[in-house]
Amino acid sequence: MAVENPVTAPSGDQTRIHNIGYRTYDGPRLGRSYATRSLYSQSLRGAYGLGRSVKSKVLPMLLFVVMCVPAAIMVAVAVATKANDLPVDYTRYAIIMQAVISLYVASQAPQSVSRDLRFKTVPLYFSRPIETADYVRAKYAALASAMFILTAAPLIVLYVGALLAKLDFADQTKGFGQGLVSVALLSLLFAGIGLVIAAVTPRRGFGIAAVIAVLTISYGAVSTVQAIADAQGSSGAIPWIGLFSPVTLIDGLQSAFLGASSAFPGAVGPSSGEGVVYVLAVLGLIAACYGLLMRRYKKVGL
Amino acid sequence: MYDPTVARLTYRALLGRRRALILGALPLLLIVISVIVRALVGADDQTASDLLGGLALATMVPIIGVIAGTGAIGPEIDDGSVVYLLSKPLKRPTIIFTKLIVAIAVTMVFSALPTLIAGFILNGNGQQIAVAYTVAALVSSIAYAALFLLLGTVSRHAVVFGLVYALVWEALFGSLVAGARTLSVQQWSLAVAHKVAGGDLVTSDVGLPTATVLLVVVTVLATWYAGQKLRSLTLAGEE
Repeated sequence: MAVENPVTAPSGDQTRIHNIGYRTYDGPRLGRSYATRSLYSQSLRGAYGLGRSVKSKVLPMLLFVVMCVPAAIMVAVAVATKANDLPVDYTRYAIIMQAVISLYVASQAPQSVSRDLRFKTVPLYFSRPIETADYVRAKYAALASAMFILTAAPLIVLYVGALLAKLDFADQTKGFGQGLVSVALLSLLFAGIGLVIAAVTPRRGFGIAAVIAVLTISYGAVSTVQAIADAQGSSGAIPWIGLFSPVTLIDGLQSAFLGASSAFPGAVGPSSGEGVVYVLAVLGLIAACYGLLMRRYKKVGL
Repeated sequence: MYDPTVARLTYRALLGRRRALILGALPLLLIVISVIVRALVGADDQTASDLLGGLALATMVPIIGVIAGTGAIGPEIDDGSVVYLLSKPLKRPTIIFTKLIVAIAVTMVFSALPTLIAGFILNGNGQQIAVAYTVAALVSSIAYAALFLLLGTVSRHAVVFGLVYALVWEALFGSLVAGARTLSVQQWSLAVAHKVAGGDLVTSDVGLPTATVLLVVVTVLATWYAGQKLRSLTLAGEE
């Protein structure tokens, strides 16, 4: 038998909001630029697995070591044999190690953006004072910086080694400077392409495969067609074919303006006139990647 | 051993939405390049062999194998939805076997078929080159799918490891160290292709008996071990 308790209806004059003592925040508000800087530094650290689990440190650190070890070996050989020059040009190094660079950008670009999409944390970022442009800029700058660290570190190893081996200072410094410009452009280009592809898919694994496919298949296709054009004696077409893959773009650009010897078949690099097209293509691609990212994040997750 | 429902779900996961478009872009590129090369060069056996060997078999088949092999099981383990599949009254090896069949089928359709078409475009199957490379692509599809399906059950970074194997081991070490070529799916399948073509255009570093034995052993072992891994699968949090 249920006992019906008489329900006392709360009368209007008894309700009130209790002040239970929460205090309002009256400290400094750090604002938009601080949030952007934090996002940048967190993404940059994340690209090398710092501040993440041990397992996710393994791959980026391993790739970093793989990038630097051949440079150290080259320096050791140059010192031991008392050579007059390093076995490899500064500008050529990144082209030789392109597989490692591609793997790095393919593994870290999805890590940087895909998980935000998959766990739907992007709206949380935009509930902070940052804007779409800040998010895109911070992520792009972070991945490009990480790539620059990866590609410039072996050049520093080569340069320091060359100076220790008492090679010609002016010559080496010039080559080192040209190498740095080339890898800076390469970092911007690869980071842009990687981020655009990774930002489309929330699946990390699929993003990795897509980035690798774009980078290696385009290089494979372009160099195959170039080799055939070379064998057919139509070497005038080689530089124009080179416009269609990121690696050959950088290769052509640096052989036109940065004193590099081209890795194209027949070693025919683009002339200065064609080099201008290369520069325009590289800058246009970087701008296009930035524009596409902005467009993607205008409405993502909202 | 084969469960139609699991197969249907796996097909949907692999080819659903825009993924089929991206998977289809690679074969399309191969065919476009073949058309360009045919227009530039004309029918030439050596060129056809170089293009099919260098682009189709060495790059395209492994990448499609990685996408299909790891994509068949990796995302499910990654987002934890595999528990709903594992809680059904199905044997774990059955799940693996079904997913393997699907991965093999997808890899074959998206790599072997375009190889055949490209071969016919390039030199109209002169000296059996198109057929030889298609057979190689078919054979390596099976081994790659089994290998990368295993990787998908073993590691969360299966795609990266698969690509490291396909690009760094087979392409880079394979061209530098002769010994590495003995342990490469690509060379094993080339040995089979060599048998089909018969000429000197398609060559392999591995003899046919060794290659066949290794192919079968790798496929069977990888599938068996993937089943074992799935039996004792533990779901961990993100990283």
